[in-house]
Amino acid sequence: MPEQSYLEAIRSGLEEELRRDPSVYIFGEDVSLGGPFGATKGLAEIFGAHRLVNTPISEATVMGIAIGAATAGLRPIVEIMFIDFITLALDQLVNHAAKLHYMSGGQLKIPMTVRAQCGISGAMGAHHSQSLESWLAHVPGLKVVMPATPADAKGLLKSAIRDDSPVVFIEHRGLYWNKGEVPEGEAALPLGQASVLLQGDQMTVVALSSMVAPALAAAGELAAESFSVEVIDPRTLSPLDIDTIAGSVQKTGRLIIVHEAVEQGGIGAEIVARVQQQTFYHLDRPIARVAAPFAPVPSSPALEKHYLVSKEKIIAAVRAALS
Amino acid sequence: MADKKQDRSEIIELLRRMWVIRAFEEKLSALYAERQIVGLLHLGIGQEAVAVGALALLAHDDLVYGTHRSHGHAIAKGADLDKLMAEIAGRATGYCGGKGGSMHIVARECGFMTATGVVGGTIPLALGAAFACKERKQGRVAVVFFGDGAAQTGPFHESLNIASLWRLPVIFICENNGYAEFTPLSAHTRIERLAQHAKTYGIPSSTIDGNDLFAVRQAMTLAVEKCRAGSGPVFIECLTQRMRGHYEGDPAKYRELSEMAEWKKRDPLARVARALKSRQAITDAELQAIESEARAQVEKAAAFSLSSPWPEESAVATQVYAAP
Repeated sequence: MPEQSYLEAIRSGLEEELRRDPSVYIFGEDVSLGGPFGATKGLAEIFGAHRLVNTPISEATVMGIAIGAATAGLRPIVEIMFIDFITLALDQLVNHAAKLHYMSGGQLKIPMTVRAQCGISGAMGAHHSQSLESWLAHVPGLKVVMPATPADAKGLLKSAIRDDSPVVFIEHRGLYWNKGEVPEGEAALPLGQASVLLQGDQMTVVALSSMVAPALAAAGELAAESFSVEVIDPRTLSPLDIDTIAGSVQKTGRLIIVHEAVEQGGIGAEIVARVQQQTFYHLDRPIARVAAPFAPVPSSPALEKHYLVSKEKIIAAVRAALS
Repeated sequence: MADKKQDRSEIIELLRRMWVIRAFEEKLSALYAERQIVGLLHLGIGQEAVAVGALALLAHDDLVYGTHRSHGHAIAKGADLDKLMAEIAGRATGYCGGKGGSMHIVARECGFMTATGVVGGTIPLALGAAFACKERKQGRVAVVFFGDGAAQTGPFHESLNIASLWRLPVIFICENNGYAEFTPLSAHTRIERLAQHAKTYGIPSSTIDGNDLFAVRQAMTLAVEKCRAGSGPVFIECLTQRMRGHYEGDPAKYRELSEMAEWKKRDPLARVARALKSRQAITDAELQAIESEARAQVEKAAAFSLSSPWPEESAVATQVYAAP
């Protein structure tokens, strides 16, 4: 299988879907110029600037335009350059995109994908580093996807674009240049299926997005000490594949959830609530979360390092639960 | 007032539609007072000339986006009265199966695309629809209604800018009824004529008497021509007045009685009737028949709605996501 970076995988997913379906359009700031990271690089040259629609810095209205275009038969993709700016577009996303299918009694469909990149990637400060996925997973009508690998990024993006409901596809900027094997050709992956990345029988670690790599690294180090850790990436937060996680916890009796977002009200809380319902009598330890402190993301690289969940923090949590 | 060239029967047809809207909303008001309809109900009684004048010229497949006060827009675009009233009454037979209600009417079959509970919320949606119309090159247009209150929202200004920039076939219809909820427009902005905003963004605009059916129709004729020809958006500010409060139950103490009396003289339905009578184009008996027929249609819709079943519990969490 050829190797691609996470960013290249996204770009090729976009290119393939633009080619497959003439109703796919991309709206966003600088998209016809490739965007700040190159996710849409060269696409305007192939498909024309009319399908890679450069927009003013008007997130609320651009989101609404995509929704309106969807009501009129297009299959739009909206790029919100940093997920921090989705705050400006939440009215349209939450009040219209998420609800129009329901409120119309099924008369309208909103086959829209919102791409946004999130997370901490080097001292960018509190307005360019947030992880806001749990807000979005709280909204009925939205699907929320957070891929961790290039293959997942491409496969899930293709499914998101083809989905007839609005999907928020959250990329992690810090993963953009990571390489991995990506299947060629048709490689759509179904939404709502977790991925078991490492098998183990003493402990289940659920990790999202940027936390998958440190969780796997932590499990590798612990394996050298004969601790057996299972690592699961949910990949989709809404709908959430709770059965795969609960099935693992029934085997291991222990669960730690790792995410980059702040702990309070994070998606980890939802996973805890649902897993304990299915696994209460299998649990050997209280379920734990490893997540960011309840504070905005600091700007200084020194503070940011303390803020961010690390492999060491994951190892410490696993040791505590296994001791 | 009336263009003499206008066909008598066409004007009578528009008056009929205005009467259907008036009768429909008066019936809603009565049912609301009896608690047979509950929830939030925003009536557009007094604003019928805008809805009918603006939408009479549209084709079936032109796309219309409304407001929280959109029963009249939906009727003027051709919505079925039974399904519309049943939806407002929360019944399973309504357009949206009872999941939308008064503020969230969608009648896709006739191109009434969506109303909204968020002031100004559908303006960007209409741009998106206009974008799709333009890309598909079918000569269709999108029309969006909004009130004077919406002109102070951010997306209103963003939308005017983008519609102008991209030359989208969208017609902005500002129903300036002078009040944003309880507050007069003068307390929300120093801009007296909201069409001025359109000028700022390079959009052709006009301010007209929105209680004059013929003025609305004429402005709309030009707007639709321009839009279909591909010359970009048009903005029409219609000065009008709602005869009721912001919502049913609002005593509207913020308005002077004299102001209301003045507006009653400008009742858009009475004005069309006067115009027809002045040309001896209609008799009192014919006028009475138009009203009676409208009320009969509405009574039938009310009977249908109130005898319709409530939605089943099993529908509570269906249609959250589109079926694959």
